[in-house]
Amino acid sequence: MNNNTLLSAENISFNIGGRPILEHVSLSISEGEILTLIGPNGAGKTSLLRILLGLNRADSGSVWLKPGLRIGYMPQNIVLNDTMPLTVERFLQIAVRDRKRLSEAAREAGINSLLSSPVSAVSGGEFQRVLLARALLRDPHLLVLDEPVQGVDVTGQAELYHLIDEVRRRHRCAVLMISHDLHLVMAATDTVVCLNRHVCCAGHPEAVGNDPAFQQLFGSRVTKEIAVYSHHHDHAHDLHGEVIHSHD
Amino acid sequence: MIDEVLLRALAAGVGVAVICGAVGCFLVWRRMAFYGDTLSHSALLGVAAGLIAGISPAIGALVVCLLVAASYAAMQSMRSVPSDTLLAVIAHGSLAAGLIAITVLAPGYVNVESYLFGDLLAIGDTELATIYAIGMVVALCTGFCWRAWLAISVDEELARVEGVAVARHKLLQMLVMASLVAVAMNVVGALLVTALLVIPPAAARAIARSPEQVALFGAGVGALSVIGGLMGSWHADSPAGPSVVMTAVALFGLLHVFSRLKR
Repeated sequence: MNNNTLLSAENISFNIGGRPILEHVSLSISEGEILTLIGPNGAGKTSLLRILLGLNRADSGSVWLKPGLRIGYMPQNIVLNDTMPLTVERFLQIAVRDRKRLSEAAREAGINSLLSSPVSAVSGGEFQRVLLARALLRDPHLLVLDEPVQGVDVTGQAELYHLIDEVRRRHRCAVLMISHDLHLVMAATDTVVCLNRHVCCAGHPEAVGNDPAFQQLFGSRVTKEIAVYSHHHDHAHDLHGEVIHSHD
Repeated sequence: MIDEVLLRALAAGVGVAVICGAVGCFLVWRRMAFYGDTLSHSALLGVAAGLIAGISPAIGALVVCLLVAASYAAMQSMRSVPSDTLLAVIAHGSLAAGLIAITVLAPGYVNVESYLFGDLLAIGDTELATIYAIGMVVALCTGFCWRAWLAISVDEELARVEGVAVARHKLLQMLVMASLVAVAMNVVGALLVTALLVIPPAAARAIARSPEQVALFGAGVGALSVIGGLMGSWHADSPAGPSVVMTAVALFGLLHVFSRLKR
Protein backbone atom coordinates (compact mmCIF):
# COMPACT_ATOMS: atom_id res chain seq x y z
CA MET A 1 0.00 0.00 0.00
CA ASN A 2 1.41 3.42 -0.86
CA ASN A 3 0.28 7.02 -0.45
CA ASN A 4 -1.88 6.87 -3.55
CA THR A 5 -3.95 3.94 -2.38
CA LEU A 6 -7.63 4.78 -2.07
CA LEU A 7 -8.94 1.43 -1.05
CA SER A 8 -7.47 -1.93 -0.30
CA ALA A 9 -8.91 -5.27 0.65
CA GLU A 10 -6.83 -7.97 2.30
CA ASN A 11 -7.62 -11.63 2.28
CA ILE A 12 -11.42 -11.30 2.05
CA SER A 13 -13.46 -14.45 2.57
CA PHE A 14 -17.23 -14.50 2.45
CA ASN A 15 -19.82 -17.27 2.80
CA ILE A 16 -23.55 -17.34 2.27
CA GLY A 17 -25.25 -20.16 4.14
CA GLY A 18 -21.98 -22.07 4.39
CA ARG A 19 -21.32 -21.80 0.66
CA PRO A 20 -18.05 -20.03 -0.07
CA ILE A 21 -18.59 -16.98 -2.26
CA LEU A 22 -15.17 -15.40 -1.92
CA GLU A 23 -11.92 -16.98 -0.77
CA HIS A 24 -8.86 -14.99 0.25
CA VAL A 25 -9.42 -12.13 -2.18
CA SER A 26 -7.07 -9.17 -2.03
CA LEU A 27 -7.01 -6.10 -4.23
CA SER A 28 -6.25 -2.42 -4.06
CA ILE A 29 -7.04 0.68 -6.08
CA SER A 30 -4.89 3.75 -6.44
CA GLU A 31 -5.79 7.29 -7.39
CA GLY A 32 -6.93 7.61 -10.99
CA GLU A 33 -6.74 3.89 -11.65
CA ILE A 34 -9.42 2.01 -13.57
CA LEU A 35 -9.85 -1.43 -12.12
CA THR A 36 -12.31 -3.82 -13.70
CA LEU A 37 -13.62 -6.96 -12.11
CA ILE A 38 -14.47 -9.69 -14.55
CA GLY A 39 -15.50 -13.26 -14.03
CA PRO A 40 -18.29 -15.73 -14.78
CA ASN A 41 -21.74 -15.54 -13.17
CA GLY A 42 -21.61 -16.51 -9.53
CA ALA A 43 -17.93 -15.61 -9.29
CA GLY A 44 -18.64 -13.27 -6.39
CA LYS A 45 -18.05 -9.98 -8.23
CA THR A 46 -21.05 -8.18 -6.81
CA SER A 47 -20.44 -9.66 -3.35
CA LEU A 48 -16.90 -8.32 -3.41
CA LEU A 49 -18.11 -4.90 -4.48
CA ARG A 50 -20.71 -4.85 -1.71
CA ILE A 51 -18.10 -5.79 0.86
CA LEU A 52 -15.80 -3.03 -0.34
CA LEU A 53 -18.70 -0.57 -0.05
CA GLY A 54 -19.57 -1.75 3.44
CA LEU A 55 -22.97 -3.11 2.39
CA ASN A 56 -21.98 -6.64 3.38
CA ARG A 57 -19.56 -7.76 6.03
CA ALA A 58 -16.81 -10.19 5.11
CA ASP A 59 -16.42 -13.30 7.26
CA SER A 60 -12.71 -12.71 7.42
CA GLY A 61 -10.19 -10.30 6.01
CA SER A 62 -10.20 -6.54 6.14
CA VAL A 63 -11.13 -3.56 4.01
CA TRP A 64 -9.26 -0.30 4.32
CA LEU A 65 -10.58 2.96 2.93
CA LYS A 66 -8.50 6.08 2.75
CA PRO A 67 -9.80 8.38 5.48
CA GLY A 68 -12.29 10.85 4.01
CA LEU A 69 -12.72 8.84 0.83
CA ARG A 70 -15.83 9.88 -1.09
CA ILE A 71 -17.38 7.11 -3.12
CA GLY A 72 -19.86 7.63 -5.93
CA TYR A 73 -21.82 4.42 -6.33
CA MET A 74 -23.83 3.43 -9.35
CA PRO A 75 -25.70 0.25 -8.42
CA GLN A 76 -26.70 -2.45 -10.87
CA ASN A 77 -30.39 -1.87 -10.66
CA ILE A 78 -32.55 0.16 -8.39
CA VAL A 79 -36.22 -0.61 -8.43
CA LEU A 80 -38.05 2.68 -8.17
CA ASN A 81 -41.78 2.37 -8.27
CA ASP A 82 -44.44 4.97 -8.56
CA THR A 83 -45.48 4.94 -4.91
CA MET A 84 -43.42 8.07 -4.23
CA PRO A 85 -43.90 11.04 -6.55
CA LEU A 86 -40.29 11.82 -7.33
CA THR A 87 -38.87 13.78 -10.23
CA VAL A 88 -35.35 13.14 -11.46
CA GLU A 89 -34.34 16.50 -10.02
CA ARG A 90 -35.73 15.64 -6.59
CA PHE A 91 -34.03 12.24 -6.78
CA LEU A 92 -30.70 13.99 -7.31
CA GLN A 93 -31.42 16.49 -4.55
CA ILE A 94 -31.43 13.62 -2.07
CA ALA A 95 -27.67 13.44 -2.56
CA VAL A 96 -26.86 17.15 -2.77
CA ARG A 97 -29.12 20.17 -2.48
CA ASP A 98 -26.85 22.74 -4.12
CA ARG A 99 -28.65 23.77 -7.32
CA LYS A 100 -25.56 24.80 -9.20
CA ARG A 101 -23.76 21.53 -8.61
CA LEU A 102 -26.93 19.65 -9.43
CA SER A 103 -27.33 21.28 -12.82
CA GLU A 104 -23.63 20.77 -13.56
CA ALA A 105 -23.88 17.05 -12.83
CA ALA A 106 -27.07 16.81 -14.86
CA ARG A 107 -25.42 18.50 -17.83
CA GLU A 108 -22.39 16.27 -17.55
CA ALA A 109 -24.51 13.12 -17.51
CA GLY A 110 -26.67 14.48 -20.35
CA ILE A 111 -29.93 14.35 -18.44
CA ASN A 112 -30.95 18.03 -18.45
CA SER A 113 -34.09 17.26 -20.39
CA LEU A 114 -35.11 14.61 -17.87
CA LEU A 115 -34.95 16.70 -14.71
CA SER A 116 -38.68 17.31 -14.45
CA SER A 117 -39.80 13.80 -15.43
CA PRO A 118 -40.93 11.36 -12.77
CA VAL A 119 -38.21 8.79 -12.08
CA SER A 120 -40.70 6.02 -12.83
CA ALA A 121 -41.11 7.32 -16.39
CA VAL A 122 -37.41 7.23 -17.24
CA SER A 123 -36.05 4.37 -19.37
CA GLY A 124 -33.38 1.95 -18.21
CA GLY A 125 -30.56 3.57 -20.14
CA GLU A 126 -31.62 7.05 -19.08
CA PHE A 127 -31.84 5.98 -15.49
CA GLN A 128 -28.25 4.71 -15.57
CA ARG A 129 -27.26 8.25 -16.53
CA VAL A 130 -29.35 9.62 -13.69
CA LEU A 131 -27.53 7.30 -11.30
CA LEU A 132 -24.22 8.43 -12.75
CA ALA A 133 -25.22 12.05 -12.15
CA ARG A 134 -26.11 11.23 -8.56
CA ALA A 135 -22.75 9.53 -8.09
CA LEU A 136 -21.00 12.59 -9.56
CA LEU A 137 -22.81 14.94 -7.21
CA ARG A 138 -20.71 13.58 -4.40
CA ASP A 139 -17.59 14.73 -6.22
CA PRO A 140 -16.15 11.26 -5.72
CA HIS A 141 -12.55 10.16 -5.43
CA LEU A 142 -13.69 6.73 -6.48
CA LEU A 143 -16.54 5.80 -8.80
CA VAL A 144 -17.93 2.33 -8.20
CA LEU A 145 -20.00 0.89 -11.04
CA ASP A 146 -21.76 -2.45 -10.96
CA GLU A 147 -22.33 -3.50 -14.57
CA PRO A 148 -23.11 0.05 -15.63
CA VAL A 149 -24.51 -0.84 -19.03
CA GLN A 150 -26.80 -3.65 -18.04
CA GLY A 151 -30.16 -3.37 -19.76
CA VAL A 152 -28.92 -0.66 -22.10
CA ASP A 153 -29.04 -1.16 -25.88
CA VAL A 154 -25.83 -1.50 -27.88
CA THR A 155 -25.57 2.13 -29.01
CA GLY A 156 -26.43 3.29 -25.54
CA GLN A 157 -23.73 1.04 -24.08
CA ALA A 158 -20.99 2.61 -26.15
CA GLU A 159 -22.24 6.08 -25.28
CA LEU A 160 -22.44 5.28 -21.60
CA TYR A 161 -18.91 3.88 -21.50
CA HIS A 162 -17.69 6.91 -23.38
CA LEU A 163 -19.45 9.12 -20.86
CA ILE A 164 -17.93 7.26 -17.91
CA ASP A 165 -14.49 7.61 -19.44
CA GLU A 166 -15.00 11.35 -19.99
CA VAL A 167 -16.25 11.82 -16.48
CA ARG A 168 -13.27 9.98 -15.08
CA ARG A 169 -10.83 12.16 -16.94
CA ARG A 170 -12.57 15.36 -15.94
CA HIS A 171 -12.94 14.47 -12.27
CA ARG A 172 -9.64 12.59 -12.08
CA CYS A 173 -11.34 9.88 -10.07
CA ALA A 174 -10.49 6.23 -9.86
CA VAL A 175 -13.01 3.74 -11.22
CA LEU A 176 -13.86 0.33 -9.86
CA MET A 177 -16.32 -1.52 -12.03
CA ILE A 178 -17.79 -4.86 -12.84
CA SER A 179 -18.15 -5.46 -16.51
CA HIS A 180 -19.02 -8.28 -18.86
CA ASP A 181 -17.80 -6.52 -21.95
CA LEU A 182 -14.40 -8.11 -22.33
CA HIS A 183 -13.37 -6.15 -25.39
CA LEU A 184 -14.08 -2.88 -23.77
CA VAL A 185 -12.45 -3.94 -20.55
CA MET A 186 -9.32 -4.93 -22.38
CA ALA A 187 -9.19 -1.62 -24.19
CA ALA A 188 -9.96 0.86 -21.47
CA THR A 189 -8.72 -0.55 -18.21
CA ASP A 190 -5.51 -0.18 -16.26
CA THR A 191 -5.98 -3.29 -14.19
CA VAL A 192 -8.17 -6.32 -14.68
CA VAL A 193 -8.98 -8.62 -11.82
CA CYS A 194 -10.37 -11.89 -13.01
CA LEU A 195 -12.44 -13.31 -10.20
CA ASN A 196 -13.81 -16.77 -9.72
CA ARG A 197 -14.33 -16.89 -5.98
CA HIS A 198 -10.61 -16.26 -5.68
CA VAL A 199 -8.48 -13.98 -7.78
CA CYS A 200 -7.58 -16.09 -10.81
CA CYS A 201 -5.31 -13.56 -12.33
CA ALA A 202 -4.83 -9.86 -12.11
CA GLY A 203 -2.79 -7.26 -13.87
CA HIS A 204 -2.65 -5.27 -17.04
CA PRO A 205 -5.38 -6.34 -19.50
CA GLU A 206 -2.91 -7.64 -22.06
CA ALA A 207 -1.21 -9.92 -19.58
CA VAL A 208 -4.49 -11.08 -18.12
CA GLY A 209 -5.98 -11.72 -21.54
CA ASN A 210 -3.19 -14.14 -22.24
CA ASP A 211 -3.30 -15.83 -18.90
CA PRO A 212 -4.36 -19.47 -19.29
CA ALA A 213 -6.54 -19.14 -16.22
CA PHE A 214 -8.44 -16.35 -17.99
CA GLN A 215 -8.73 -18.41 -21.17
CA GLN A 216 -9.94 -21.33 -19.15
CA LEU A 217 -12.70 -19.18 -17.69
CA PHE A 218 -13.91 -17.45 -20.79
CA GLY A 219 -13.06 -20.01 -23.49
CA SER A 220 -10.51 -19.68 -26.22
CA ARG A 221 -12.96 -18.32 -28.79
CA VAL A 222 -13.58 -15.21 -26.74
CA THR A 223 -10.01 -14.73 -25.76
CA LYS A 224 -8.28 -15.61 -29.02
CA GLU A 225 -8.30 -12.07 -30.30
CA ILE A 226 -6.82 -10.77 -27.13
CA ALA A 227 -4.43 -13.63 -26.54
CA VAL A 228 -0.94 -13.75 -27.93
CA TYR A 229 1.28 -13.97 -25.00
CA SER A 230 1.20 -16.80 -22.52
CA HIS A 231 2.83 -17.23 -19.19
CA HIS A 232 3.21 -19.61 -16.34
CA HIS A 233 -0.06 -20.77 -14.84
CA ASP A 234 -0.45 -22.51 -11.56
CA HIS A 235 -4.02 -23.78 -11.59
CA ALA A 236 -7.06 -24.54 -13.71
CA HIS A 237 -10.79 -24.89 -12.98
CA ASP A 238 -13.10 -27.86 -13.17
CA LEU A 239 -16.76 -27.57 -14.19
CA HIS A 240 -17.77 -26.28 -10.78
CA GLY A 241 -15.12 -23.65 -10.72
CA GLU A 242 -13.04 -25.58 -8.20
CA VAL A 243 -9.34 -25.05 -8.46
CA ILE A 244 -7.33 -27.91 -9.89
CA HIS A 245 -3.63 -27.55 -9.34
CA SER A 246 -2.06 -28.52 -12.60
CA HIS A 247 1.35 -29.39 -11.23
CA ASP A 248 2.30 -30.28 -7.72
CA MET B 1 -71.35 20.16 27.97
CA ILE B 2 -71.89 18.21 24.81
CA ASP B 3 -70.14 20.81 22.66
CA GLU B 4 -67.10 20.63 24.86
CA VAL B 5 -66.93 16.86 24.41
CA LEU B 6 -67.15 17.26 20.67
CA LEU B 7 -64.54 20.01 20.63
CA ARG B 8 -62.12 17.98 22.70
CA ALA B 9 -62.69 14.97 20.44
CA LEU B 10 -62.03 17.16 17.41
CA ALA B 11 -58.87 18.65 18.90
CA ALA B 12 -57.51 15.22 19.81
CA GLY B 13 -58.56 13.57 16.57
CA VAL B 14 -57.30 16.29 14.27
CA GLY B 15 -54.00 16.46 16.15
CA VAL B 16 -53.41 12.73 15.78
CA ALA B 17 -54.63 12.60 12.19
CA VAL B 18 -52.45 15.47 11.02
CA ILE B 19 -49.28 13.98 12.40
CA CYS B 20 -50.18 10.42 11.31
CA GLY B 21 -51.07 11.61 7.84
CA ALA B 22 -47.76 13.41 7.53
CA VAL B 23 -45.49 10.69 8.94
CA GLY B 24 -47.39 7.67 7.65
CA CYS B 25 -46.01 8.18 4.15
CA PHE B 26 -42.82 6.41 5.26
CA LEU B 27 -44.82 3.30 6.08
CA VAL B 28 -46.29 3.46 2.58
CA TRP B 29 -42.98 4.07 0.81
CA ARG B 30 -41.11 1.44 2.79
CA ARG B 31 -43.98 -1.03 2.36
CA MET B 32 -44.42 -1.34 6.08
CA ALA B 33 -48.17 -0.95 6.43
CA PHE B 34 -48.21 -4.27 8.21
CA TYR B 35 -45.66 -2.94 10.66
CA GLY B 36 -48.17 -0.32 11.75
CA ASP B 37 -50.73 -3.08 12.25
CA THR B 38 -48.31 -5.08 14.36
CA LEU B 39 -47.64 -2.10 16.60
CA SER B 40 -51.29 -1.39 17.08
CA HIS B 41 -52.02 -5.01 17.94
CA SER B 42 -49.28 -4.98 20.53
CA ALA B 43 -50.54 -1.67 21.85
CA LEU B 44 -53.54 -3.59 23.16
CA LEU B 45 -51.19 -5.73 25.21
CA GLY B 46 -49.72 -2.49 26.48
CA VAL B 47 -53.14 -1.24 27.53
CA ALA B 48 -53.68 -4.45 29.48
CA ALA B 49 -50.25 -4.16 31.07
CA GLY B 50 -50.93 -0.54 31.98
CA LEU B 51 -54.25 -1.38 33.59
CA ILE B 52 -52.83 -4.30 35.53
CA ALA B 53 -49.80 -2.34 36.69
CA GLY B 54 -52.08 0.47 37.75
CA ILE B 55 -50.50 3.07 35.49
CA SER B 56 -52.25 4.78 32.61
CA PRO B 57 -53.18 2.51 29.69
CA ALA B 58 -51.71 5.08 27.30
CA ILE B 59 -48.30 4.83 28.93
CA GLY B 60 -48.55 1.03 28.99
CA ALA B 61 -49.31 1.11 25.25
CA LEU B 62 -46.38 3.44 24.60
CA VAL B 63 -43.94 1.28 26.54
CA VAL B 64 -45.02 -1.98 24.89
CA CYS B 65 -45.01 -0.39 21.40
CA LEU B 66 -41.46 0.83 21.94
CA LEU B 67 -40.40 -2.59 23.22
CA VAL B 68 -41.97 -4.31 20.23
CA ALA B 69 -40.32 -1.86 17.83
CA ALA B 70 -36.92 -2.46 19.40
CA SER B 71 -37.25 -6.24 19.49
CA TYR B 72 -38.51 -6.35 15.90
CA ALA B 73 -35.49 -4.32 14.84
CA ALA B 74 -33.25 -6.78 16.68
CA MET B 75 -34.98 -9.85 15.21
CA GLN B 76 -34.82 -8.62 11.62
CA SER B 77 -31.43 -10.22 11.20
CA MET B 78 -33.14 -13.61 11.51
CA ARG B 79 -32.85 -14.57 7.89
CA SER B 80 -34.81 -17.82 8.05
CA VAL B 81 -38.09 -16.01 8.81
CA PRO B 82 -39.34 -13.39 6.33
CA SER B 83 -40.01 -10.03 7.96
CA ASP B 84 -43.75 -9.96 7.27
CA THR B 85 -44.11 -13.41 8.84
CA LEU B 86 -42.11 -12.21 11.82
CA LEU B 87 -44.47 -9.26 12.10
CA ALA B 88 -47.47 -11.58 11.97
CA VAL B 89 -46.01 -13.66 14.80
CA ILE B 90 -45.53 -10.56 16.94
CA ALA B 91 -48.87 -9.00 15.98
CA HIS B 92 -51.06 -11.97 16.67
CA GLY B 93 -49.05 -13.12 19.65
CA SER B 94 -49.37 -9.79 21.39
CA LEU B 95 -53.01 -9.30 20.38
CA ALA B 96 -53.90 -12.69 21.86
CA ALA B 97 -51.89 -12.00 24.99
CA GLY B 98 -53.51 -8.59 25.32
CA LEU B 99 -57.04 -9.97 24.96
CA ILE B 100 -56.37 -12.70 27.51
CA ALA B 101 -54.79 -10.24 29.93
CA ILE B 102 -57.66 -7.80 29.66
CA THR B 103 -60.43 -10.37 30.08
CA VAL B 104 -58.79 -12.61 32.68
CA LEU B 105 -56.64 -10.29 34.75
CA ALA B 106 -58.64 -7.07 34.57
CA PRO B 107 -62.20 -8.25 33.94
CA GLY B 108 -65.43 -6.41 34.36
CA TYR B 109 -64.55 -2.77 34.48
CA VAL B 110 -62.66 -2.65 31.19
CA ASN B 111 -64.47 -2.13 27.93
CA VAL B 112 -62.26 -4.03 25.47
CA GLU B 113 -64.20 -2.61 22.57
CA SER B 114 -63.18 0.94 23.38
CA TYR B 115 -59.54 -0.06 22.94
CA LEU B 116 -60.20 -2.07 19.80
CA PHE B 117 -62.25 0.60 18.06
CA GLY B 118 -61.32 3.73 19.96
CA ASP B 119 -63.37 6.04 22.09
CA LEU B 120 -62.73 9.48 20.74
CA LEU B 121 -65.66 11.05 22.55
CA ALA B 122 -64.36 9.87 25.93
CA ILE B 123 -61.00 11.62 25.67
CA GLY B 124 -59.98 13.65 28.70
CA ASP B 125 -57.66 16.60 29.19
CA THR B 126 -54.66 14.46 30.19
CA GLU B 127 -54.95 12.33 27.08
CA LEU B 128 -55.32 15.44 24.97
CA ALA B 129 -52.12 16.85 26.45
CA THR B 130 -50.30 13.53 25.91
CA ILE B 131 -51.40 13.47 22.29
CA TYR B 132 -50.05 16.95 21.63
CA ALA B 133 -46.83 16.38 23.56
CA ILE B 134 -45.98 13.18 21.71
CA GLY B 135 -47.21 14.67 18.48
CA MET B 136 -44.71 17.52 18.87
CA VAL B 137 -41.82 15.13 19.52
CA VAL B 138 -42.77 13.00 16.52
CA ALA B 139 -43.10 16.06 14.28
CA LEU B 140 -39.71 17.42 15.37
CA CYS B 141 -37.98 14.06 14.85
CA THR B 142 -39.53 13.65 11.43
CA GLY B 143 -38.70 17.18 10.34
CA PHE B 144 -35.14 16.82 11.50
CA CYS B 145 -34.63 13.42 9.81
CA TRP B 146 -36.77 14.09 6.75
CA ARG B 147 -33.96 14.04 4.21
CA ALA B 148 -32.28 10.95 5.58
CA TRP B 149 -35.58 9.09 5.84
CA LEU B 150 -36.41 10.07 2.28
CA ALA B 151 -33.04 8.79 1.09
CA ILE B 152 -33.62 5.49 2.91
CA SER B 153 -37.10 5.14 1.44
CA VAL B 154 -35.81 5.70 -2.09
CA ASP B 155 -32.86 3.33 -1.83
CA GLU B 156 -31.32 2.10 1.36
CA GLU B 157 -27.99 1.02 -0.07
CA LEU B 158 -27.38 4.18 -2.03
CA ALA B 159 -28.19 6.11 1.14
CA ARG B 160 -25.67 4.04 3.09
CA VAL B 161 -22.88 4.52 0.57
CA GLU B 162 -23.66 8.23 0.65
CA GLY B 163 -23.07 8.29 4.36
CA VAL B 164 -26.55 8.09 5.92
CA ALA B 165 -26.52 6.16 9.22
CA VAL B 166 -29.19 3.82 7.88
CA ALA B 167 -29.48 1.40 10.81
CA ARG B 168 -29.76 4.18 13.38
CA HIS B 169 -32.32 6.09 11.33
CA LYS B 170 -34.42 3.00 10.74
CA LEU B 171 -34.50 2.29 14.46
CA LEU B 172 -35.43 5.88 15.24
CA GLN B 173 -38.15 5.81 12.62
CA MET B 174 -39.60 2.63 14.09
CA LEU B 175 -39.60 4.14 17.58
CA VAL B 176 -41.30 7.27 16.27
CA MET B 177 -43.96 5.15 14.58
CA ALA B 178 -44.39 3.17 17.79
CA SER B 179 -45.09 6.26 19.86
CA LEU B 180 -47.43 7.52 17.21
CA VAL B 181 -49.37 4.27 17.16
CA ALA B 182 -49.67 4.29 20.94
CA VAL B 183 -51.19 7.77 20.73
CA ALA B 184 -53.37 7.15 17.68
CA MET B 185 -54.86 4.10 19.33
CA ASN B 186 -56.80 6.42 21.62
CA VAL B 187 -58.50 7.90 18.60
CA VAL B 188 -59.41 5.01 16.34
CA GLY B 189 -58.56 1.96 18.43
CA ALA B 190 -56.05 -0.82 17.96
CA LEU B 191 -57.74 -2.42 14.98
CA LEU B 192 -58.06 0.69 12.86
CA VAL B 193 -54.96 2.64 13.75
CA THR B 194 -52.98 1.64 10.67
CA ALA B 195 -55.75 3.26 8.67
CA LEU B 196 -54.81 6.74 9.92
CA LEU B 197 -51.16 6.12 9.10
CA VAL B 198 -51.60 4.60 5.67
CA ILE B 199 -54.83 5.80 4.04
CA PRO B 200 -54.23 9.60 4.16
CA PRO B 201 -50.77 9.46 2.50
CA ALA B 202 -52.07 6.91 0.00
CA ALA B 203 -54.94 9.27 -0.80
CA ALA B 204 -52.59 12.24 -1.01
CA ARG B 205 -50.43 10.39 -3.53
CA ALA B 206 -53.17 10.89 -6.11
CA ILE B 207 -52.65 14.66 -6.19
CA ALA B 208 -49.11 15.11 -4.83
CA ARG B 209 -46.20 15.99 -7.07
CA SER B 210 -43.40 15.64 -4.55
CA PRO B 211 -42.70 13.60 -1.42
CA GLU B 212 -43.25 16.72 0.68
CA GLN B 213 -46.67 17.22 -0.85
CA VAL B 214 -47.61 13.66 0.08
CA ALA B 215 -46.90 14.51 3.72
CA LEU B 216 -48.67 17.88 3.53
CA PHE B 217 -51.78 16.64 1.74
CA GLY B 218 -51.71 13.49 3.88
CA ALA B 219 -52.00 15.67 6.95
CA GLY B 220 -54.91 17.50 5.32
CA VAL B 221 -56.72 14.30 4.35
CA GLY B 222 -56.21 13.01 7.91
CA ALA B 223 -57.70 16.16 9.41
CA LEU B 224 -60.67 16.11 7.02
CA SER B 225 -61.28 12.45 7.82
CA VAL B 226 -61.51 13.15 11.53
CA ILE B 227 -63.77 16.18 11.07
CA GLY B 228 -66.03 14.40 8.58
CA GLY B 229 -66.07 11.18 10.59
CA LEU B 230 -66.94 12.92 13.84
CA MET B 231 -69.71 14.95 12.22
CA GLY B 232 -71.14 11.79 10.71
CA SER B 233 -70.84 9.98 13.98
CA TRP B 234 -72.55 12.83 15.83
CA HIS B 235 -75.50 12.94 13.47
CA ALA B 236 -75.94 9.29 12.56
CA ASP B 237 -74.91 7.99 15.99
CA SER B 238 -72.37 5.69 14.34
CA PRO B 239 -69.18 4.62 16.18
CA ALA B 240 -66.62 7.43 15.91
CA GLY B 241 -63.43 5.49 15.02
CA PRO B 242 -64.91 3.50 12.13
CA SER B 243 -66.65 6.65 10.86
CA VAL B 244 -63.31 8.44 10.71
CA VAL B 245 -61.75 5.55 8.80
CA MET B 246 -64.69 5.37 6.38
CA THR B 247 -64.30 9.07 5.65
CA ALA B 248 -60.60 8.53 4.95
CA VAL B 249 -61.41 5.64 2.61
CA ALA B 250 -63.99 7.79 0.81
CA LEU B 251 -61.42 10.57 0.36
CA PHE B 252 -58.93 7.99 -0.93
CA GLY B 253 -61.42 6.82 -3.54
CA LEU B 254 -62.49 10.33 -4.52
CA LEU B 255 -58.96 11.68 -4.94
CA HIS B 256 -57.80 8.74 -7.02
CA VAL B 257 -60.86 8.81 -9.27
CA PHE B 258 -60.45 12.57 -9.60
CA SER B 259 -56.78 12.30 -10.62
CA ARG B 260 -57.64 9.58 -13.16
CA LEU B 261 -60.33 11.70 -14.75
CA LYS B 262 -58.05 14.68 -14.94
CA ARG B 263 -55.45 12.70 -16.88
